[in-house]
Amino acid sequence: MLGSLDARIPAGSLDSKWTDHKFSMRLVNPNNKRRFDVIVVGSGLAGASAAASLGELGYRVKVLTYHDSPRRAHSIAAQGGINAAKNYQNDGDSVYRLFYDTIKGGDYRAREANVYRLAEVSVDIIDQATAQGVPFAREYGGLLDNRSFGGAQVSRTFYARGQTGQQLLLGAYSALMRQVAAGTVELNTRSEMLELVMHDGRAVGVVTRDLITGEIVPHSAHAVVLATGGYGNVYFLSTNAKMCNVTAAWRAHRKGALFANPCYTQIHPTCIPASDDFQSKLTLMSESLRNDGRIWVPVAHEDGREPHEIPDADRDYFLERKYPAFGNLVPRDVASRNAKTVVDEGRGVGPLRNGVYLDFSGAVARDGEAVIRAKYGNLFDMYERITGEDPYTVPMRIYPATHYTMGGLWVDYELMSNVPGLFVLGEANFSDHGANRLGASALMQGLADGYFVLPYTIGNYLSDFLGDPALGTSEPVFADAEQAVADEMNRWLSIGGTRSVDHYHRELGKLVWDYIGMARNKTGLEKAISEIPALRDEYLRNVRVLGSADTLNQSLEKAGRVADLFELGELMARDALAREESCGGHFREEHQTEEGEAMRDDENFTHVAAWEWNGEGTPQTRHREELEFENVELSQRSYK
Amino acid sequence: MSSEINLTLQVWRQPGPQAEGRFVTYEASGISTDASFLEMLDIVNERLIENGEEPIVFESDCREGICGTCGLMINGQAHGPQKSTATCQLHMRSFKDGDHIVIEPWRATSFPVLRDLAVDRRAMDAIIASGGYISVNTGAAPDANLTPVPKETADTAFDAAACIGCGACVAACPNSAAQLFTAAKVQHLNLLPQGQAQRWARTEAMVETMEEFFGSCTNHGECEEACPKDIPIDFIAWTNRDYIKAKVKNRKLAG
Amino acid sequence: MAQTVSRVSTPPPVRSEPRVRLPWPLSIYQTAVGKKWVMGLTGAALLGFIVVHMIGNLHLYEGPLEIHEYAETLRDLGTKIIPRTWLLWAMRFGLIAAFGLHIHSAYSLSRMSMAADQRYPGGRNYIAANFASRTMRWTGPIIGLYLFYHLADLTWGWFNPDFVRGDPYHNVSESLGSIPVAILYIVANVALAVHIFHGTWSMFQSLGVNSPRYNHLRRYLAGGLAGIILVGNLSFPIFVQAGVIDDNGRSIVEELQQHEAAEGEEN
Repeated sequence: MLGSLDARIPAGSLDSKWTDHKFSMRLVNPNNKRRFDVIVVGSGLAGASAAASLGELGYRVKVLTYHDSPRRAHSIAAQGGINAAKNYQNDGDSVYRLFYDTIKGGDYRAREANVYRLAEVSVDIIDQATAQGVPFAREYGGLLDNRSFGGAQVSRTFYARGQTGQQLLLGAYSALMRQVAAGTVELNTRSEMLELVMHDGRAVGVVTRDLITGEIVPHSAHAVVLATGGYGNVYFLSTNAKMCNVTAAWRAHRKGALFANPCYTQIHPTCIPASDDFQSKLTLMSESLRNDGRIWVPVAHEDGREPHEIPDADRDYFLERKYPAFGNLVPRDVASRNAKTVVDEGRGVGPLRNGVYLDFSGAVARDGEAVIRAKYGNLFDMYERITGEDPYTVPMRIYPATHYTMGGLWVDYELMSNVPGLFVLGEANFSDHGANRLGASALMQGLADGYFVLPYTIGNYLSDFLGDPALGTSEPVFADAEQAVADEMNRWLSIGGTRSVDHYHRELGKLVWDYIGMARNKTGLEKAISEIPALRDEYLRNVRVLGSADTLNQSLEKAGRVADLFELGELMARDALAREESCGGHFREEHQTEEGEAMRDDENFTHVAAWEWNGEGTPQTRHREELEFENVELSQRSYK
Repeated sequence: MSSEINLTLQVWRQPGPQAEGRFVTYEASGISTDASFLEMLDIVNERLIENGEEPIVFESDCREGICGTCGLMINGQAHGPQKSTATCQLHMRSFKDGDHIVIEPWRATSFPVLRDLAVDRRAMDAIIASGGYISVNTGAAPDANLTPVPKETADTAFDAAACIGCGACVAACPNSAAQLFTAAKVQHLNLLPQGQAQRWARTEAMVETMEEFFGSCTNHGECEEACPKDIPIDFIAWTNRDYIKAKVKNRKLAG
Repeated sequence: MAQTVSRVSTPPPVRSEPRVRLPWPLSIYQTAVGKKWVMGLTGAALLGFIVVHMIGNLHLYEGPLEIHEYAETLRDLGTKIIPRTWLLWAMRFGLIAAFGLHIHSAYSLSRMSMAADQRYPGGRNYIAANFASRTMRWTGPIIGLYLFYHLADLTWGWFNPDFVRGDPYHNVSESLGSIPVAILYIVANVALAVHIFHGTWSMFQSLGVNSPRYNHLRRYLAGGLAGIILVGNLSFPIFVQAGVIDDNGRSIVEELQQHEAAEGEEN
């Protein structure tokens, strides 16, 4: 029914596409903007920036977030920084280089036009954030400081100590609250979207559940914007916040929105290893640590010595050894996979032998402890709080953990999904990072989408509906969706099983980590495809959700989210199985070079896989969007 | 090294905003000292669910001390005994075998309890909405390097901007004053050159919105001790100064 | 006044807008931070008075005539310009106003905080708050009551049968010679010192006098002032009890005045 997917990429040369397209898109005049209702679900960088910008333009915006305050969205936890092609350091950066690095870093699985636009608007983001009062790091001359970040050979990363995400989000949040006070944005906190409402094939609203009272509330609008983040919590243990989930995107998928490249997940190389079974999440240590820390494991298997007792000759600085040019700064997927290799070899360190050392003794000796403290003090403190060890004297232990998901709802060049009226921003869409995201690019993409792309493209869609009021919430489509939510709540409460939601989530996470983790193979993926639905069936029969639906009930909230993660996990396995190549974060053991590097199959897989929901129990249909590279020549990534 | 400890918890349970609350005692046995405080509560909750009892409602999200969602009064101290540490980053190695731990929600009239240990903190959003921003529409910003900001100024502004909005300052304050939160937000923007245009309007509006919801500062300094981000009360003094200046300047500007 | 931000739904405010909006600058006093300013400024004025009062009282140790002359000098202040005692009365009115405002601001801010605060049934564990900061609402009223007694005792002579107007030495030694009164003075002055210890430090915060380089000095200053005032003021009841200040019930000033009166008649 869909045919081949058309991303509606404008014609013209790469560097003029966005400029030309902005001119050719239809506008909504200022007086008419206030006649359009837009729902924004999610209040992270993408959602808050979009809602604030749309509010400033004069649209009537409604923000829905399940948090108690928009400021708590998980964008806040990003530590390292945000890329922008400002070339303030005069080291050869340019829009084209940022574009090129992003395409290459994404292993040639992203759309050229989208990525170029992202690089173009990146410079505006820094201007906007600075004007909002985001306290980026500065040089003594008062100008902005930059640092280099994993996978880049130029210093283009702007940062705010180890809290860049928090500071950028507070900027977007402040802009949002300004619009709330101005009356252009209506803020609904503790409202979780549980259904997308469709009418005549278009997205016309959503249904939410009030997490405090359980009230089921319909919301109608001319367009719905999802900015609901990624699905890394399918692994249970990830660096994502506890509440992160796929539900909003998944409910849209179930209503017809295509889910693209679900198997592209990013494993972050520098997280604190799990210490025991009760571990509830993994904590990321900023990738910037790799600028000064050296990664090593003992040469000997099961070397029982303390790190300081191991002489240099008995240490294997495996990244420096294998990748002399990039050393410890190789891209995330390369660093992660190499760590997995040495741990699988039995050379892991720490009580559970599940980590590698990240050693700062050289940097402390070279620069002095004060310099290292100034750069990484808060990260070192955090490490010590969690592990009880002092990283100034004892090497940190790190191990990869799921961090970011490149896959997400399919969107076209205008960030609209295949469902008309449904726009998807930030990590929730699949658009800009291909098969692997570069460090410090997530914040860039979220803000680019929200501040500088959606505010233009949404007008192009809305201008068709001038004069049409939004569908009333008394229409049957809303009543049906509300009923579906009520039924779902009753279903969870009436199962009356024996195990908690978290128990099943943890079990699901283990399956997904084992079979669809850092390295995948056919056998494992086939197992996942049979075991995940089996566990899901048990979940639906045996989960225990206590209490009622008319109060704050955290088990009930989680029950639906975990059910969606089950379905997503299965789709990830199907996607990973169908993609018979290795690219970026998707590493198929069958497809590797003799040196163990990822081997792409450009002939057969230079495309986006976008999956169409076919109803419960029926596998999704795989659609393709061919990727055309007119400006960049596909090459094997090499960081040697 | 990790070891296992046994604890007695006295947890505030309250079924809803209007309902009466009370302390309920739970034994938490075999807790690893490597567990975080919230993981300890996760374990207790798992056991409660197994026994058919409703789990303890407490809020958390990032569990790495930055989102500000979590926050418990632990033995009468906001975020517990470890300084500069949010509840989620507090680990059980701060406790001893046999310890008795009293766990309560944040308490202030403007932080009503929603259920058990979860409270409503929207009054803090109202303070931000009243002026905690620099009015710059998307696209209207000049080049980021147009205005140099002295490094010291940027660093001090950052110290204020580090606030995670958890509400521990209010919870810890015997007056339930939100002075530290408000001052951090006001000074973050007031210190920066970008924030000067709205400095006086912002200060007046935010302070007066704060006063609608929270108590009056008596300079105990409890907030500074409770703050997981070590925000100093110096910002409160600076905000007090800015406020009186604002009262003069805003009158002049209004003509 | 700030607009109530009704667009962010919140729990109901604990403090409502004032019924009558006073004209500027009185409207500043209608806000909590404004009241804290007034409390800080009046506290500073009262503190200045307390220091000067304590130092002046040290004339007691010079003898009855010297303290008497000191008291007369105070009444004589400004006599070259304005009638006698006018300046003293102006200062008294100033002090009364400062005292009134200090109490009113404290009372209304306490009410505001009590409305905003909720008790912890499990108790609080104070870390930074000290005895002084936590007892301001107790030491304040103690000082107020003591001040009333102090005036009634040594200025108006209500409780002292041997009261002689204009003879501080006699009155002090008569009053503080009684053990219960001496104890009352000691307790009240300890409360005063405790109040001053927190009040002085707190004043800097409330008035926004804060410069990180010098901030540590504020605690020293608070401690120093409280200590000096404590030692100075406690010396009076202690030395009266020890018999150092004692006129054996005979008012030298009274005798002097009778003598002067007699001489006047003779002339």
